[in-house]
Order: sequence, then structure tokens, then C-alpha cells
Amino acid sequence: MSAPRHQIVIADTAETYLCGEDETLLKAMERLNRKGIPVGCRGGGCGICKVQITAGDCLRRRMSRAHVSVEDEARGIGLACCLLPQSDVTLQVLGQLRAPVLAAQSRWKT
Amino acid sequence: MALSAVLRPGHVGLRVLDLDAALKHYRDSLGLIETARDAQGRIYLKGWDELDWFSVVLREADAPGMDYMAFKVLNATHLARYEAALKAFGCKVECIPAGELAHCGERVRFDSPTGHVFELYCEKEVYGNGMGRQNPNPWVEGLKGMQAQRFDHCLIYGDDLDGTVKLFREVLEFDLTERVMEGDLMVGAFLCCSNKAHDLALIRHPEKAKLHHVSFLLGSWEEVLRAADLISMHDISLDIGPTRHGITRGRTIYFFDPSGNRNEVFSGDYTWYPDHEPITWTTDQLGRAIFFHDRQLNEKFLSVVT
Ligand code: FES
Ligand SMILES: [Fe+2]
Repeated sequence: MSAPRHQIVIADTAETYLCGEDETLLKAMERLNRKGIPVGCRGGGCGICKVQITAGDCLRRRMSRAHVSVEDEARGIGLACCLLPQSDVTLQVLGQLRAPVLAAQSRWKT
Repeated sequence: MALSAVLRPGHVGLRVLDLDAALKHYRDSLGLIETARDAQGRIYLKGWDELDWFSVVLREADAPGMDYMAFKVLNATHLARYEAALKAFGCKVECIPAGELAHCGERVRFDSPTGHVFELYCEKEVYGNGMGRQNPNPWVEGLKGMQAQRFDHCLIYGDDLDGTVKLFREVLEFDLTERVMEGDLMVGAFLCCSNKAHDLALIRHPEKAKLHHVSFLLGSWEEVLRAADLISMHDISLDIGPTRHGITRGRTIYFFDPSGNRNEVFSGDYTWYPDHEPITWTTDQLGRAIFFHDRQLNEKFLSVVT
């Protein structure tokens, strides 16, 4: 018996996919070869996959406080690699990979 | 073989979100050996071929990353000499009493211009590698996972790269083995206290005190490929590889622990001697410098840190 699946909508791109209640929003997106949420460590540490849930409910695994504050959490912000959908979910992407630091000259002038 | 009074990277303190998940990863997948726990709940581990009691300390926290990286020093005379030199350099220096980390002597803790915390110490109890020092076998049986031999180096990200490089070269007598140059600006530095291509690497980055990866040594390219199998068999988050670095020539694979700290297992670099001229890479050839086969910059590899 597989866990119930829910429809995930990435509002930014209107991308949709199905995600089981027992897998993370990021893992299902990757498994189905969908795009939209940037993928980093997949462990709640790097903050690259940050999203805001605008509709629906998710179970939250422990994630880095350096990237999601208590106030963020109250506003539905979380890391997609630590969120497991318990209903249909609509989300907005907040995280982004920064331009490769080693390639962008201006990046070095810190 | 150590060529300065700083012998080698001795231990790294890592923050993890879930101690049980981290233990499973470092013990069962990397194949480190659990050697102690303490009253604070910290877990101590070591690679099978390391003699000292531990080289990795895991601590549960609400944000992952590196607490400190420590180097072992030859003896107390050199430790006192370095302590004085660190103070003269302007570091904030703190002495942590023996036993604060189990089985470890006094540690001299200091900060650095990139915001990373480092330590020096000269005493740690011997746990052994299971083979003894008299007529030993070449390896031990019954190891788990990737069978990492030892904690080898860290790559860290920070803003004042020049400052931390100056600290390690001038105060701690490290050599610069390789560097990445953007014109006159050093953007990557590979530093060594021994005969290896690196014991510590730094990349220039706008934020302070970031960890790029903690690296462990394997015995061969074949073992790197076997580690790649285990990464899929254990459903570990893969970053990139198996591949070859131009810089340091390492044959390598990168992956993440369950809290998002990046790990590397690698085999092989070259033998460094202090009379060698450092190798210079220029950022217009950076693709092959980092991943010699792909020859492409990988955004995720460059920008994901804890
Ligand atoms: S991918 Fe790193 S926090 Fe989600
Ligand atoms: Fe490395």
C-alpha cells in the first residue's frame, strides 16, 4: 500500500506533480524530473530549496534555523526537502542558487 | 609525513539536526568507528586507520555546519609557541581544558579572519587501528560501508581569504600548494602542513564561517566507485561524481549527510615538498580545474554550503 498522493502546484511556473504523503516535496519533484524548486543538499541544511506554502498542509521535518526562523515558519515558509504534503499544496519558490561564485568576477569583491 | 610542527588535521566538530540519523550516516555509510559518547550527548568517531581516539565529533543543534576544525601539534613546546604567535597575530585565543572533549588534552582555540574557529592540541589518547604496532596485519576485517581510512581535510568558505591564508602560512607554517587566481585576486587557496596536496582549502565567498565539505580518504579509485554504489544503495543525497579534480588531482565523489553537510571521499593526490613551486589555476580555466572530466562549472557544487 503506498501512501496517499497529493497534487503539488509550483505557482511561479504552473508546474504540477504528484507527491506522496511519505516523501518530501523536493524528492518527488526530482523523481518525476520536474523543475522549479532549486535542489541543494536535500537535508534541510543549505536553504537553497526554500518555499512558501500558500495553500495546503505539510508535515515539517527538522530544518536549519539559520534559514527558516520561527516567524518564517508561522508564515508557511519552509525547506522543500523537509516538507511532506498532507493535502494538495500550492507553493511559491523563494530560494535560489546564487551565481557560481567562482565564475562571477564581481562576487569576489567582498 | 609532517614537515612542520603542525602534524595533521586532528578532528572536526560538526553540527547535525538529528544525531541518530547522523550516526547512521557516518558509522554505517562512511564506515567510521564510534569510539565514545559524552555527558553532553556528543558522539565521537574515527576512521579505521587513525590511531588517536577520534577525528569527528557530532553535536545535535538547530542549524548544521562546522563548529571547529583542529590540528594536532607535535608537542607542548610547539603548542605554547603557536599559542603565543596566534596572540601576536591578533587572534582571539582561548584555552579549553583537557577532558572537555573526551580523551583529548588541552586545546588552544582561536578565531580566524574568515570567521572559522580552529584548534590546536598535542595530546589525545590512542585508540589504535585494531592491528597493534607489532607485526601487524595490513587491514582490519568487519568494516562497514565506504570504509573511510581517515579524516583528511576540510574546504571552507569565507570572506577574508587573504587574512586566513596569511594566518596559516605565517603563524602555523603551512605551505600554499595550489591557488586559484582571478587576475591578482586569490579566490581559492590550498594549504598543507605535511606532504599532501592539501590539509585545508579555502574559497572566497561573501559570508563568513561556512563549510563546503569534510573529506575522508579512501584507498583507491575502485573504492571511490564502490562508495558511489553505496550512495545509491543507502539512498544518500548525491552531489557530484565520481570524477577527477584538476586541482589536487583527487579522484572523488561528493554527497551530503542527512543534515545537509557536504562530505567527500577521495583517493590519491601527489606528494608535496616545501621546495615545490605552488600550482596556479586561472579562473578562465576553472571548469577543468574543478571537474577535470566535465570541464564545466557546477552551480550547485560551488554555491551550496552549510
Ligand atoms: S536542498 Fe538544502 S535545504 Fe533543501
Ligand atoms: Fe576535498
